[in-house]
Amino acid sequence: MTGFSWNLIADVRDILSYHFMLNAMRAGTIVAVVCGTVGYFMVLRRQSFAGHTMAVVGFPGAAAAAWLGVNTGAGYFGCCLLAALAIAALPGGGRAAGRGNSEESAAIGTLQGFALACGFLFVSLYQGFLSGLTGLLFGSITGITDGQVLMLLAAGLVCLAALAMIGRPLLFATLDTDVARARGLPVRLLSTGFLLLLGIAVAGASQVTGSLLVFALLVAPAATAVRLTARPGFGLLLSVAIAVLVTWLAEGIAFFSPYQIGFWVTSLGFGAFGLAVAGQWLAGRRGPAEVEPPHAKTEVETLHPERSG
Amino acid sequence: MTGRLLAAGPITGLGHLLGQPFLQHALLAGTAIAVLSGLIGYFVVLRGQVFAGDALSHVAYTGALAALAAGLDLRFGLFAATVLIGLLLGVLGGQAATDDAVTGVVFAWVLGLGVLFLSLYTARGSTSNGAASARVLFGSILGISGSAAAAAVGIAAGLLAVLAVIGRPLLFASLDPQVARARGVPVRMLAAVFMVLVGATAAEASQAIGALLLFGLLAAPPAAALRLTSRPGRALALSAGLAVTAVWLGIAASYAWPRLPASFSIMSISTAEYLLAAGWSLARHRAGRPYEQTGRPAARALSR
Repeated sequence: MTGFSWNLIADVRDILSYHFMLNAMRAGTIVAVVCGTVGYFMVLRRQSFAGHTMAVVGFPGAAAAAWLGVNTGAGYFGCCLLAALAIAALPGGGRAAGRGNSEESAAIGTLQGFALACGFLFVSLYQGFLSGLTGLLFGSITGITDGQVLMLLAAGLVCLAALAMIGRPLLFATLDTDVARARGLPVRLLSTGFLLLLGIAVAGASQVTGSLLVFALLVAPAATAVRLTARPGFGLLLSVAIAVLVTWLAEGIAFFSPYQIGFWVTSLGFGAFGLAVAGQWLAGRRGPAEVEPPHAKTEVETLHPERSG
Repeated sequence: MTGRLLAAGPITGLGHLLGQPFLQHALLAGTAIAVLSGLIGYFVVLRGQVFAGDALSHVAYTGALAALAAGLDLRFGLFAATVLIGLLLGVLGGQAATDDAVTGVVFAWVLGLGVLFLSLYTARGSTSNGAASARVLFGSILGISGSAAAAAVGIAAGLLAVLAVIGRPLLFASLDPQVARARGVPVRMLAAVFMVLVGATAAEASQAIGALLLFGLLAAPPAAALRLTSRPGRALALSAGLAVTAVWLGIAASYAWPRLPASFSIMSISTAEYLLAAGWSLARHRAGRPYEQTGRPAARALSR
């Protein structure tokens, strides 16, 4: 590995000449696109606590997979999807569980603690794995295999295709739940479907940023986009662009610096969000933008063409 | 090996267990920390500040590793960081309905800083970075020294004394802030003092069960207690009792089966306690007693 030089083209060529970095870049790009998209909906739906819980539940899955010698990606996806189904079964659907019903949030906190404890048990059963613990919790750019990239690609494509299908009704149900329900949209079903997609996105993100730092890719780009624009389509694009940029930069810097990728990806995400808030403050605005719901009538037409006549 | 404790019969096993100095230290520190966490946790759950507890656990990790990276005592970083952020949360907490996205972004970054300090600590030439990180994240109650145990007991006693002073007005302010304010209770100041207490408790508990498993003592026992009774005094005692039980049984289980980390056993037992309490209250609900009879106590009882 040669050191960093100001000749950026040579630097990029240097990075990509290593197979593990090529895999890290591929995986990072897929994960960033999925997280930017799904995260945007997650922020609008105020489900970050649910996303965090899924990520934490993914950790014992990955640790168990490493202990048993199975692909850790399978552990992440399996456990995150199970957690998504469990959260969908809760009465609140994981929505803004941080406040409100204090007993429910205590129950979720207990679940998180127990999941982390199980992960720790698996890690300590697998002797000599303590350095891997840091990778599972805080991300690593060295461990991504070809098989994992393929799995991430397949999961990402499924996730984006499904989101493309339910995107418009989901946005409508998110921003104007009562009207959406009154117009016959299956709000509950959409919510469950979205939680499953969130599970896929979280499982993918965990493999790049580690279980504890998924917010860096899921929340930070989306929260930045929501501050900058009220138009959902533009916001989505912006969120994806920020996520991809943050990932590429973080992986590039992590390659040349002695510090972990987890630090760079969270710092860049936090920096983007901080810039957006500062820009808003200069423009004399505060808080996230009120995202406009899509036009209500077309929604019912696309879902139930027979009712519009 | 599947039971040093069980093989010799329960009584002899218990005697053997209590004869070990490291177990005496663990039980001493563990009991003090459990009582403190159980009592503080009751107010945390009652006030709906579980998410703040989550945030403080992240801060505890970063604080501890910053201290290690700077070559200071780990506990100094733990307490400095959590008390400072606790105070900040307590002062800002008046405008409680903060954005969950903002909270998420900020605390991911705080943990990211922890990762930076971990790398810096490793760069200083310390051999076992994974071990230090794991110790802060997941605790090591069986490795606690005699002086550390004595310090833990002393700090817990001091914090409990503060809680004893503010306990009654705090309970009133937690249950009915409007009425409490109208009656001249300094609600905002109580909130700030309480968050400092939660921060210090997070630092204390991190030494025993680790920053990430804080909820094992801070959320699970009080949530179980709230399922079982609505009387504040009884719930407080129950919460502390459940936390102490979890720590004792957890330490005993890890002593009997050395492959189980103590933090895992403690967390499992407190989770089981919560599940049993929830199951019991559901069963009672089925039997015709409404759930509303347990849970949040009535504020009226306190205003007299």
